[in-house]
This record gives sequence, structure tokens and C-alpha cells, in this order.
Amino acid sequence: MITRGIIAEYGTPEELVAAVRELRAYGLGDLDTFTPYPVREVEPLIGVRRSPIPRWVLAGGLLGAALAYLIEWWCAAVSYPVIVGGRPYHSAPAFVPIAFETAILVASLTAFVAVIVYARLLRLYDPVFETPGFERASVDRFWVAAFVDATVFRELEADAAGLRGKLESAGAMRVVLFAGPS
Amino acid sequence: MTALVSSHASGEETPVETRVLLGNPTDGALTHELVDRLWSPGRAFPALLALTGTGSVGLFVAVVYTMTTGIGVWGNNIPVGWALGIVNFVWWIGIGHAGTFISAILYLLEQKWRTSINRFAEGMTLFAVVQAGLFPLLHLGRPWFFYWLVPYPSTMGVWPQFRSALPWDVVAVSTYLTVSLLFFYLGLIPDLAVVRDTAPERWRQRVYGVFALGWRGSARAWHHHRIGYLLLAGLATPLVLSVHSIVSMDFAISQLPGWHSTIFPPFFVAGAIYSGFAMVLTLIIPSRRIFHLERVVTAKHFDSMAKMLMVTGWIVTYSYAVEIFIAWYSGDPYERYVHLVNRPTGPYAFIFWTMLACNCLTPQLFWVKRFRTNEAVLFVAAILINVGMWTERFILIVTSESRDFLPSSWHLYRPSLIDLSLFVGTLSFFSFLFLLFLRFVPFIPVSELKDLKREIANENEPIGATEAAL
Repeated sequence: MITRGIIAEYGTPEELVAAVRELRAYGLGDLDTFTPYPVREVEPLIGVRRSPIPRWVLAGGLLGAALAYLIEWWCAAVSYPVIVGGRPYHSAPAFVPIAFETAILVASLTAFVAVIVYARLLRLYDPVFETPGFERASVDRFWVAAFVDATVFRELEADAAGLRGKLESAGAMRVVLFAGPS
Repeated sequence: MTALVSSHASGEETPVETRVLLGNPTDGALTHELVDRLWSPGRAFPALLALTGTGSVGLFVAVVYTMTTGIGVWGNNIPVGWALGIVNFVWWIGIGHAGTFISAILYLLEQKWRTSINRFAEGMTLFAVVQAGLFPLLHLGRPWFFYWLVPYPSTMGVWPQFRSALPWDVVAVSTYLTVSLLFFYLGLIPDLAVVRDTAPERWRQRVYGVFALGWRGSARAWHHHRIGYLLLAGLATPLVLSVHSIVSMDFAISQLPGWHSTIFPPFFVAGAIYSGFAMVLTLIIPSRRIFHLERVVTAKHFDSMAKMLMVTGWIVTYSYAVEIFIAWYSGDPYERYVHLVNRPTGPYAFIFWTMLACNCLTPQLFWVKRFRTNEAVLFVAAILINVGMWTERFILIVTSESRDFLPSSWHLYRPSLIDLSLFVGTLSFFSFLFLLFLRFVPFIPVSELKDLKREIANENEPIGATEAAL
């Protein structure tokens, strides 16, 4: 599959926000920004939806607690019951610490894996990396990209509506059209 | 915006000691200032690495000797069955608590002074927990059977004893290590991408690129990253409080005089954070000088950490007082003997008074504002507190065990040479790992600092200026 689009480089987060508005006004919908630190103002503008990670983490925590408690109960009260210190086989208070710790463990592992999945990490290559100067996206430059289909891409190449000029007047240091396999 | 940022930079509006970031570097300059040192090790680095590496070899030798001969080579006896192994375990795991405290709890409380030092403290946590884990493992006697602590379906048909605090400890410490590592790594990913993108050589770009997991800094990635990081902070907060509580239950649920006390969980947690902050200061004061971190580790950081030492130091002092009072008030002759006779006047009295002097008197220095920001005073105080907290664990464990109920079973304890080599060895191995961390990992969170810089700049703008800029 070929990924196509237009990408522009800015020097400040404020210019980036202006450029995102410019692209939206032009009618481009599939936007993303690449910034050295989170620029929270662009998130509603490009339609970032509320992260579903908290629900997964809650499920992970409950699962961890239930699993640990069941194991403790089954080992101590069902499989091999032994009386220790005169306590009942099913010594609920003594089973709490391990259940609690396992809840935290499974919830944390879930959170970590969920970030990797939802943030689409573990892909070491991305077509946007080919943009000249893109390595400064993690240092001090703020990039915005609009992903488009082949038809719109040809329009952009012809630059009928002068989008490049609009992005540049918003302060762009560089505007590049890109197309590459992803 | 420009005018206001420069007025912030000149320091006229905010006095120096409240700022967490000095000057007004550009994002690029700040990044290079913090990251470029990864390409050139200092002159002292190989020598320090060799020194701590030799100590680590010493640790390895002591571990092998202990494992091949048996723990009879330690000074432990009956009744002092725990001794230095557990003293060192509790000391190291306590030090490991400041990392998560700084990273998670101060993050949830939105403390700006956390940002420059959090990764430093997290690295310290990881390496301290590694040292801590070594001691109970060796103390098992047959460490190669450590997996008996895990409930697996063995042919013997028996299971770990879940009513004992020791399996709780295993789960708590291993969970703590895992969660600290995840939290550390999740926060590190964007900065690894910074290193990947600024590395001069191709091979470094590749190596750091693999560890950065393909981070692009996209808005969606930042959003999920922020939520995930916040959740991990929220999970690590009860975890850090629970781990040392569980460690304290190793003692508190036993019957021994001096151990059987309900104050232990909060007392241990406060002591852990106390010793952890002392260790952070011990490490950051020289590092700040060596790596020229004056811009990002400021008087504000020292001031805040000194105040944390005061708070936790007072909780520890209060706990000592309550322990002694309750021992007297309970009327229990054994409790009274431990707290009122054995500890203050017994064979280990010198260590007891060292503990009180180091832990209760040292933080009183910080009533004086000048001392809270004086590096030399802070460094000496931090060392004294490290020593004090080690002696606290020694007093707690050894005095209670060596003289418990029946005088006929009393026995004094003296650490053997192997005990001491193991302790010095873990100090070396800790320093060795920490040096490698300083050498290869961006230990000041660059991305978070740039974010913080923008936040501070926006705060200093008058209302309306942000909208005008947009």
C-alpha cells in the first residue's frame, strides 16, 4: 500500500496549530502531527479520540487480582490443605497482599502493551521518516502531515488552490509532498 | 511572547530559588546540551568503571563462595538467623523507593521539580532493587531452588505457603522491579527517539532506533503515551506504599519483641522514602558537577529534596518515639527489655545511638534555608542519613533476634568477612550499573523538560497573549 500526503515543518507549536487549522479549512481530514513533546491543543483539531487504554488496564487489574486469589485459595484450601498457625484453610486476609500485587502487575503490563499497540510502535520504519529534515521532529521542529488518496494527491501536486502558499504563510519552513510504501 | 520569555529568563519576576529551569535556551540548544554528552565519555569514566567493575568481580566471588560452600560462611547463627543479609535487603529496597515516589507520586501531584530528576531516581531504583533481590535469594541457602516460591504444579504436590509473609515479599519485590522497569522504559521511549535522531554515527542511530521502538512523536502516540504513563503512575503509587509495607510485615507478623508492632508499615514506608531521597542526593550532587547540570538541577530541586528529608525524617523520629512509648506502655517485659534496655544500653548500643544521631539530628539542619541549598551540607547530610538508615535496619533485626525471650538462647552476632564483602560488593555493582546508565541513557528527561519549558513560558504570559499568538 502506498501512503501519500503533504507534510510541513514549523518552528513553534503555535504555528503548528495555525497550520492544522489551515489544512482543515482546505478540507483535508486525515491529519497527524509529529512533535518533540505533546502539543495538546492539536489533539481535538485532528480528531484524536479518547484513549481506550484505561478500560484495558481496569480489566487487566481485575483479572490479575482474581487469578492470584483463585490460585492462592485453590492451593491452600483445595489441592493440599495444611493447617498453619491455627488459621483457616481459606485465610482470606492473608491472601490479600499477593492478590493486590498481582493486580498491579497485570494492570501495568496491560498499560505498557496497550501503549505500544495504540501508539503503533514497534514499526521501525515509516514513510514520513523519508522527509528531509524530519529527524528534528524529536528535537525542536513541529511537523504536520495530511494523508490523502491518489486523486487528491494529484490535485496537491498541481497545487490548484495554493495550499503550499497558505502553509508557508502560516510560517512553514518546508512543505513536502511524499509518497511511499508503508 | 518574546518579551515575556526574556523577562522570565532575566529572573526579575521569579526569584532564582523557585525556578526549576535556569535561562531560556531554545528547544534545540537544550536538547543538544543534555544529549550530546552521550557521544563523549568523560576522562574519569574508564577509571571509575574499572574501579567499580573490580568491586563487582569481588561481589561475584563472594556470591560464588557463598553458593558453593553454604551460608555457614556468613556470620548468621541461631537465634540471629536473618542478620546482614536481610539488613542489606531492606536497606537497598528502601533506597529503591524514592525513584517511584519521585516519578509517580510527585507526577500525580504535578510537582514541577520532579521533571529533571525523575529518570535519575528511576535508574537508581532499578539498580537498588537488583542489589536488594540478591540477598534473600542467597539467604535461601539453596538459591537454585528459588522457583519453589512460585506456585507451579510440582511432582511433590505441595504449594508455597501463602499465609507467610515471605511469599508476599517475593511477589511484592518482583512486581516492584517489573513495574519500575516498565514505568522507566515508557517514559524513556520519546527520549530514545531524540537520541536516535541526534546520534552522529549510523550504528548509534540503529541501536537507539531499535530501543526507541519506532517512536515518531505523532499526536495520537503522544495521547496514548500520556494516558498510559498517567495510569502507570497511578498504579505505581499504591505499589510503592505496599511494597515496603509488605517488607515490614516480614517482621510485624512475627512474635519477636521489637518486631511485633502495628506501626511497622507506615514507619517502614517513611524510612524507605527518607533513605531513597538521601541516596538521590548522594548521586545527583556529584553528577550535577560532572555533567554540568546546573541549568536543569537547580537550588529549587535541592530545597525541595531537603524538605522531603525533613518531613520523612520527622516521621521516622516520631515512629522511634512511639515504638519506645508503646513498649513501655504495653507493660510487656520482653518489649520493655528490647526497647528500654537492650537497644540503648546493650552490646549494640553504639550502633543504636549512631542511628538516632544520624536519622533524627541530621535533618534538623534543614530548618536553615541556606543549608537546604548548600551542596556540601546536603551531600554530607545525605551520607549520614544513608549510614543512619543502614544502622536502623541493623538495630531492628540484630538486637531483637540476639536477645529474644529466654536468656539461655541469647547469642551475639558478628558479621563475617564474607558478609561485609557482599555488602561492599553490592555498593560497587550498584555504582557500576549506575555509571553505565549515566553513560548510555539520556538520564535527564529531554522531552518532558521541553514540555515543561513551554508550560512555564505560557504561565508567565499575561492572560490573552496565548490567544493572540494563536
